[in-house]
Amino acid sequence: MGKYIIRRLLQMIPVFLGATLFIYWLNFALPGDPTAGRCGERPCSPAYIEGFNAKYGLDKPFLVQYVRYLTMLLHGDLGTNYYNNTVIHELAIRYPTTIRLALVALAFMTLVGVTAGILAGIRKGGVIDNLVTILTLLVISMPVFVIGGLSQRFFGLQWKIFPVTAGNPATWNQLILPGLVLGSLSLAYVARLTRTSLVENLRADYVRTAKAKGLSTARSIGLHALRNSLLPVITYIGASIGGLMGGAIVTERIFNINGIGGLIWRSINQRDGMTLVGTVVVLVMIYLVVNLLVDLLYGVLDPRISHD
Amino acid sequence: MTERPDSMSGFIGPSADANEATLTAPPVADPFDEVEDNLGKPRSLWGDAWEIMRRRPLFWVAVALVVLFATMSIAPQLFGAQDPRGQGMCLLERARWKPGGGILFGFDDQGCPIYDQVIYGARSSILVGLLTASLAAFVGGSLGTVAGYLGGWVDAVLSRLADVFFAIPLLLGGIVLMYSIPTTPDSPYWLVVGKVVVTLAVFGWPNIFRLMRSSVLQVKPNEYVMAARALGGSPLHVVGSHIVPNSLAPVIVVSTIDLGGYIATEATLSFLGIGLQSPAVSWGLQISRASSIPLIRSTPHMLFFPAAALCLAVLAFILLGEMVRDALDPKLR
Repeated sequence: MGKYIIRRLLQMIPVFLGATLFIYWLNFALPGDPTAGRCGERPCSPAYIEGFNAKYGLDKPFLVQYVRYLTMLLHGDLGTNYYNNTVIHELAIRYPTTIRLALVALAFMTLVGVTAGILAGIRKGGVIDNLVTILTLLVISMPVFVIGGLSQRFFGLQWKIFPVTAGNPATWNQLILPGLVLGSLSLAYVARLTRTSLVENLRADYVRTAKAKGLSTARSIGLHALRNSLLPVITYIGASIGGLMGGAIVTERIFNINGIGGLIWRSINQRDGMTLVGTVVVLVMIYLVVNLLVDLLYGVLDPRISHD
Repeated sequence: MTERPDSMSGFIGPSADANEATLTAPPVADPFDEVEDNLGKPRSLWGDAWEIMRRRPLFWVAVALVVLFATMSIAPQLFGAQDPRGQGMCLLERARWKPGGGILFGFDDQGCPIYDQVIYGARSSILVGLLTASLAAFVGGSLGTVAGYLGGWVDAVLSRLADVFFAIPLLLGGIVLMYSIPTTPDSPYWLVVGKVVVTLAVFGWPNIFRLMRSSVLQVKPNEYVMAARALGGSPLHVVGSHIVPNSLAPVIVVSTIDLGGYIATEATLSFLGIGLQSPAVSWGLQISRASSIPLIRSTPHMLFFPAAALCLAVLAFILLGEMVRDALDPKLR
């Protein structure tokens, strides 16, 4: 186990370096002038631009800038953005909102998705099964901005069940609808995965044995088949966290939420490279760590998979 | 939304390691193990799948939709639509007319016919989806074959490279990359489309790479591959005639499903204002324009029709891919 963790952590290093290099290079190649509009209606003086570039190291060659950035990163410093705020501060004031949004989405997709998947899987080919298959297919084919736009129109504007936009900081109540929208796609996949996996396991020999030795259907499904069926679902939920963060850009924009997605959007529009790179770097780190945790959990839950 | 390419977990786990342990066996055609039916006539893997699919109505629905959208994108004139960018298409006195009375789909806030916009919007979406899926399948497929066949340090390097792009969510990377390649409104159409295609393919290929790699790893130890090698077949021959044809099925299926996802992502990028740019006609752009709160209230049909077309197109490809996947998978028969 320890060996496995070390190997995985070592494998993360090149991935992390590659991802940061790629994002840093993209940001470096971003067109546009970060000093634009800083000096009012007229262009900035050469002296100001020179000072600005020197302050943020923009006059150095790309690789020097990148290595400087990495050194800073290793000291736990994400740098200061062009507005003199530390990136860590920018992230710290927004992460609680996005985490709460993601939690709503995760809770929604796990509870509803797994329940729908179980109901569909228990009676393969039944009414509920067909209903779930069709509904999930519909959700999967609707891009998040379409679902977001429609639910904002109907649940927000027309029926006034949920607030249309969120305040700053957003309350839990304001995050419910955006969370449902954000989690909808993953919910569909969770439901289908649970169903497929349960259908496969219900035909397995050990379930037949459980029934043969006199266990009730509920017990043989709930205790035996379900536990094994949920393994791939857990993996999927872990892997979907990266996708949730990407989807948060759209969801937070539709519902006007001041979170990480909104921050990425703003920093791209304002050519605020430091904030953008910092945000993406943190997201990549979260993704890598969550995936490692899921893989470790997998080994704990399924004794057939050994990490030695 | 659009993290679909990440989400084909039926085929792939979250990381290369879990992958090897948990991958459900992709259907592999073994030439020496063909199923014989009652007539004694051998049927191939795809022949079997075809027999199953042709009896399913949903398969034909998916085929019909794909054909419909393909025709729409090749020859929009067949649907009686005119180029919405043409002279005299928009008349302000018709602004916000509702559908009905011989006017299909109604008019938008500028008095432009929504029907023609929706029909012409198919071309960009289908083109982006098709090109991206092909590019991702080509890059991911060839690198996956190389990694799976050669193994060793080549495999390690390529796998880590794929991990790098896999760790960046498609939409997030797409937004950053789209911003880094600037285009102006007078850039040629192929450049605007090409930019979206390359961006999506850059983050889409690792999915296919992992799939192809594990598929090749499963085919490689088979007897017929060893036989071909023992008979003195060159590596190129063994890979080209034996390994690739027998590992391709899951890649074709997932590429079809991903195609739908790419159409959705293109629309999302265009919706955010950084994908396709006007004067290109695109569903994403139409939905974006129709989504402002005042227009949602006054002209909901402006939002409804392009959104319905978009969802149907995405649905068509995902449904087709899933029907083929189910037919190919012996466990689901």
